[in-house]
Amino acid sequence: MLKVENTVTPVSFLPELLKQFDEIVRRYPKGKQKSALLPILHLVQAEYGWVSSPAMDKVAEYLQIQPIEVYEVATFYTMYFMRPQGKYVLEVCRTGPCCLVGAEKIMDHIEQKLGVKEGEVTADGLFSWRGVECLAACGFGPVLQIGPEYTFYENLTSESVDQLIDDLKKKANN
Amino acid sequence: MGRKLLLEHINVPGINTFEVYRKQGGYASVEKALKTLTPDAIVEEVKKSGLRGRGGAGFPTGMKWSFLAKPEGVARYLVCNADESEPGTFKDRYLMTHIPHLLIEGMIVSSFALGAHASYIYVRGEMMPQIRILERAIAEAKNAGFLGKNILGTGYDLELYVQPGGGAYICGEETALLESLEGKRGNPRIKPPFPAIAGLYGCPTVVNNVESIAAVVPIINEGGEEYAKIGVGRSTGTKLISAGGNLKNPGVYEIELGLSCEEFLYSDEYCGGIANGKRLKAVVAGGSSVPILPANLFLKTINNEPRLMSYESLSDGGFATGTMLGSGGFIAFDEDQCIVRNTWNFARFYHHESCGQCSPCREGTGWMEKVLHRLENGHGKMSDMDLLVDVSKKIEGNTICPLGDAAAWPVASAIRHFRDEFEWHVTNASEAVTRNFGLAHYADPLTKAEAV
Repeated sequence: MLKVENTVTPVSFLPELLKQFDEIVRRYPKGKQKSALLPILHLVQAEYGWVSSPAMDKVAEYLQIQPIEVYEVATFYTMYFMRPQGKYVLEVCRTGPCCLVGAEKIMDHIEQKLGVKEGEVTADGLFSWRGVECLAACGFGPVLQIGPEYTFYENLTSESVDQLIDDLKKKANN
Repeated sequence: MGRKLLLEHINVPGINTFEVYRKQGGYASVEKALKTLTPDAIVEEVKKSGLRGRGGAGFPTGMKWSFLAKPEGVARYLVCNADESEPGTFKDRYLMTHIPHLLIEGMIVSSFALGAHASYIYVRGEMMPQIRILERAIAEAKNAGFLGKNILGTGYDLELYVQPGGGAYICGEETALLESLEGKRGNPRIKPPFPAIAGLYGCPTVVNNVESIAAVVPIINEGGEEYAKIGVGRSTGTKLISAGGNLKNPGVYEIELGLSCEEFLYSDEYCGGIANGKRLKAVVAGGSSVPILPANLFLKTINNEPRLMSYESLSDGGFATGTMLGSGGFIAFDEDQCIVRNTWNFARFYHHESCGQCSPCREGTGWMEKVLHRLENGHGKMSDMDLLVDVSKKIEGNTICPLGDAAAWPVASAIRHFRDEFEWHVTNASEAVTRNFGLAHYADPLTKAEAV
C-alpha cells in the first residue's frame, strides 16, 4: 500500500533547478505548462532523492496549478518515491521473462546481502531495494536499474550483484 | 538470410552518431520527402506499403494517418509511443539505444506527412539512458539542419521533443499516453472521439509506435510497393522480434514476416533453440498479453500446417488454438518452467498496472492474482479454474481500454491449454510447491481432438 510521508521541512528550489524547469516548459504550447509536470518531478526526485509534499506544493506553485494536481500524478506513477529511500535504490525486474532466468533468486540474494526487506532502508542509509514491473530488457535478464540516472545492470548473477553493491559502497565512502 | 530494413547498419561502429548514420545513407528519406513529395503522397506510400502498427494492435498505419482531421488553423501533432512496457518486448529500447537517428529520421518524414510542427517522443521514464541518447541525436540533427526552422531550405519547420513517462504500463495505451503527456494521471480516455479528431490538447493527433515510425524510412526510400513485396499476404515488410526467456540466443531480431516459427526458434541465425539443451514447453509469441501456446500448437497450426511469424498465421485457429503477433515480444518457456507460477506472475503485473478506472479490471485483476497465488502455493481448489475463466470473461470487453483484455487473455489461455497442470496443483498440492509439472504432453504431435 502506498504510504506518503508528510514533512514540514520547507523546500526552495535552487536557481539552476528552476532554469531546468524553464527549459522544459518551453517544449509545450503556451498555457500547456502542466505537461512539464512529469519531467519536473523527475528532476525534483533526482535532486532530493524523493518527492516530499512541500516539494510538490512548490512544483504546483511553479506550474500555476493546484497542489492536488501534482499529488494525484506523483502518487499514480510508480517511479516517484513518496518516502525517503536509500542513496541507491536497486530496482529489480520481477516480471515473467526475468523470472524465467532467475530474477526471484536475485531478489532473495539482495535481501540477504543488504539485510533489509523490500522497501526498507539499510542502517547506513545507503541502500534500499524493490521489485518493479517489466523494464523492457527481457532478453538480458535478470536486470536491475539504479536511479536517478537509471543505469542498467543486465544478466545479473549473485556474484555480479555482490560486486555492484561493494562498488557502490566504496563510491559512497570516497 | 532475411532482408534487414531497420537493423541493416546496426553493427557499423558509431552508427548512433549523426555523422556515421548520414554516411550510411541516413536522412535520405527526409531529403526525398521534403523536396520531392507532397504530404498526401507520403501517406499514399505508407498505405501502399501495407505497414501495420508495430506496437501490438496491427492497425494499418497509412489508414490511421488518413483519418487525421485537418481543420484550418488548428495545430496537429505526431506523438511517438516509446512507452515500451509490455512484458517480453524490448525492441524499441534496442532501436533507440543503437540507432536513434532512424527514429528521428522517421519522425521528421512522418511529421511532414501529417503537417505537424511540434512532435513528441514519449519514452517510458525508466529509459533515462535512451532519453539522453535521443536528446543528443536530436541536437545533432538540428545542428545539421534537419530539424528546426526551414528544414533543408524547404520552408518546413519542425521541433522534436522527448517526454519522459513516470513508470506506468497503461501509458502505452494511446489515450492514456496523451493524458500523461498533458501532465495528468494515465487514465485512458473514452473513444470516440479518437485522437485523430481530438488528441493532444484536444487537437488532431496521431500516435505511432517507435518501430512503425522507423519503418516509414525504408518505405519512403524504396517505395511502398517495394516494401509490400516483403512478407506474406497482409503481413508486409519486416518486423522486430525481441526474444527472451529460456533461449540459447536471446536478443532482438529483424525478420521478414512469414518466416516459419520453427526456423525462428531453432536456427542459429535467430534464437538458436532452447538454452542448456532443454526442450520447449510453451511460447508467448507477441508480448505477455497474447494467449500462451503449448509447444506443439506454436510450431504447427491445428490443421498441422507449419506456423509462420505473421499476423495471420499466428492467429490461425482464433483463440481456441492460435494467438497473436502482438508487439513481437517473444518469450520461450523450457520444460522446467511452471505455467501456473508464470500465469500468477502476469496476473500480478496486470493488477499492479491497472489504472483503476473501470471496476471489472480494477477488481478482476486483483481477484485473479489472489486465486492464482493460492493455486501456486498449494491452497487451490478444483473450482478455481472455472472461477478464473469466469472472472476473465467478465473483464474482457467490459473496460474502456484494452488492458482488461490483456489481463484476461493470458489467464484464460493458460487454463485452456494447461488445465491439467493447474489441476495437478490442486490434486498434488504439497508436491507442487517443491517441484514443477514438467513438459508433460505439451510438445507431443497434435491430434485435432486433443487441441480443441
